[in-house]
Amino acid sequence: MSVNKLGKMAVIGLSAAWIAGCSTTATETDSSSVSEAEANNVAAESSAASANGSTGNAGDESFGANGNGDLSSVIVDGNGNVVSADTAAAAETAAANAKDMLVGVAHVFYFDFDKSIVRPEAREALAKHAKYLVANPDARVVLEGHADERGTREYNMALGERRAKAVSRYLTIQGVAAAQIETVSFGEEKPLEFGHNKQAWQANRRVEVRYE
Amino acid sequence: MRKLKYFSLGLMMLLLSNLAKAQLVIEITSGADQLLPLAVVPFAYDGKGALPADVAQIIENDLKRSGLFEAIPRTNMLSLPSKKEDVHFRDWRLLKSDYVVIGDIRQIDSESFEINFELINVLSQKTVEKHTGLAVKSSGLRDAAHYISDKIYQLLTGVRGAFNTRILYVTAEGDRAAPTYRLQVADADGHRPQVIVESEEPILSPSWSRNGRFITYVMFRDRRPNIFVQELATGKRQKIAQYKGLNGAPAWSPDGRQLALVLSKDGNPEIYIFDIATQKLQRVTNHYSIDTEPSWEPDGKGIVFTSDRGGNPQIYRVDINSKAVERVTFEGDLNTRARMTPDGRYLVTVQKNDGNYHIALQDMKNGRVQILTETYLDESPSIAPNGSMVMYATTHNGKGILAVVSVDGLVKYRLPSAAGEVREPAWSPFFE
Repeated sequence: MSVNKLGKMAVIGLSAAWIAGCSTTATETDSSSVSEAEANNVAAESSAASANGSTGNAGDESFGANGNGDLSSVIVDGNGNVVSADTAAAAETAAANAKDMLVGVAHVFYFDFDKSIVRPEAREALAKHAKYLVANPDARVVLEGHADERGTREYNMALGERRAKAVSRYLTIQGVAAAQIETVSFGEEKPLEFGHNKQAWQANRRVEVRYE
Repeated sequence: MRKLKYFSLGLMMLLLSNLAKAQLVIEITSGADQLLPLAVVPFAYDGKGALPADVAQIIENDLKRSGLFEAIPRTNMLSLPSKKEDVHFRDWRLLKSDYVVIGDIRQIDSESFEINFELINVLSQKTVEKHTGLAVKSSGLRDAAHYISDKIYQLLTGVRGAFNTRILYVTAEGDRAAPTYRLQVADADGHRPQVIVESEEPILSPSWSRNGRFITYVMFRDRRPNIFVQELATGKRQKIAQYKGLNGAPAWSPDGRQLALVLSKDGNPEIYIFDIATQKLQRVTNHYSIDTEPSWEPDGKGIVFTSDRGGNPQIYRVDINSKAVERVTFEGDLNTRARMTPDGRYLVTVQKNDGNYHIALQDMKNGRVQILTETYLDESPSIAPNGSMVMYATTHNGKGILAVVSVDGLVKYRLPSAAGEVREPAWSPFFE
């Protein structure tokens, strides 16, 4: 499959995410219980939308660029919510360069139980992220650490952070400036898979690389 | 298309409002070996219309839920007395009831009532306790019932009752990949749930101030955790921590002036004390390992916390003055999230043994450890203010629910929700 085709598919995927994002927002707005954060989200989103609108074709381009980034970024940012659209707008400037450098590069990295050691098979992909960040000093990355459901929630918050920091160290060793990286933990609060079994737990012990 | 969308939106909101009302239902799974039999006779009612609450039934349910009492079913009662002179002691002896609770409710006006009740020993035929002229609003009938339950429980067990208390918990409902999180407060029996905060981002670690007026919790904002303090009555809230990295596990000091919390702003997770009046931070731990889940000792002199400084997570204690740290737990593959009983006698932890996570109780006097639960993936233990029960979160039929176990491990009940996941229970203090 050509890169071009991949890009097109990603555009479709992201557009779907965008539409899903819109309907979610509508629900929030109507439910009169919109928190400040959500209100901010809505504001950010609509400004992103108008920016896209004003430059005509640019909207498509920004999605395409982000989409070309890779398909896993749809998983990372997606979850069918607004964030993906936000990211698309925010990444607009940096994204042009990402186009080639991060095609097909994994954005999710997995860990062993109660461990925070970057696995050998993750190194190649992380090196590519590092290369991109070094080449784009204005780019900012958030490393989001996660844990599986076992154990207590606050301990898992700490464990998720430790994993994100392990990835952060790997990137800084490759020459990425510490100021470009932020580590955040979601603990066990945002699982990717919902089963109570080994397969789900493995999928959930992860660090997601998200460009802001 | 557009019409359809609005329709489904309306439907969803309808569903949502129903879900929000869905409350926790109690399922008792085991009780103490020797139950004290008693009869709570339906209270006589002198007034217009039906009462908004069956006070005697609420009292009976409270006492049954404690796992220490056996209630004589109403259908077996031979008479329904509301005055002592109408109590035929022979009948109640035949029903093997050791005690009988009688009472009556009189309507004062459309909104207010007056309750009288009496607790009588069937064998001695003596009145143990008699209360007259308990004035309540119609919205306070449940509170009055819990108050009476507390009185009866204390008179018959010698321990202060904790029925007239509340619980905080977090629900996650809707699409599992993007649920709506709600921090809720309800009566200790799960009735009268109210939503305190609603968010599309995770909420965790709610806890109470010592006087029960304020709460604190962690809520994500813009994909980062923040710590909030909120006044329950007014909803007024303050963000007290929004540092880089972790902002977690807030816990009120016994004197109500400080919060212990976890921040990783200086590199890795450490325990800090935040002074509410001065808004100043004081760091209490200093170690490159994970230090988290602080909980105050009842006298406020020390904090117990989880640390993996020994290789795997165990409970440690730090002395607030000297900052000296000592290890507290030694049994099990790991111990996390400690809570101490109000008398300081027992330490409750989440202990892992052979891959199973259960609630464990450690006697601080002799170090003996007892596993209290047999449920699956147990976490978040919270102790009732009278030290009799531990509420915790567990997984039942693949769903997150709340469950309760007595500190002797004999009494067990579940509080599943009709909808969504329930987690992170926090039992309130006594309301004075």
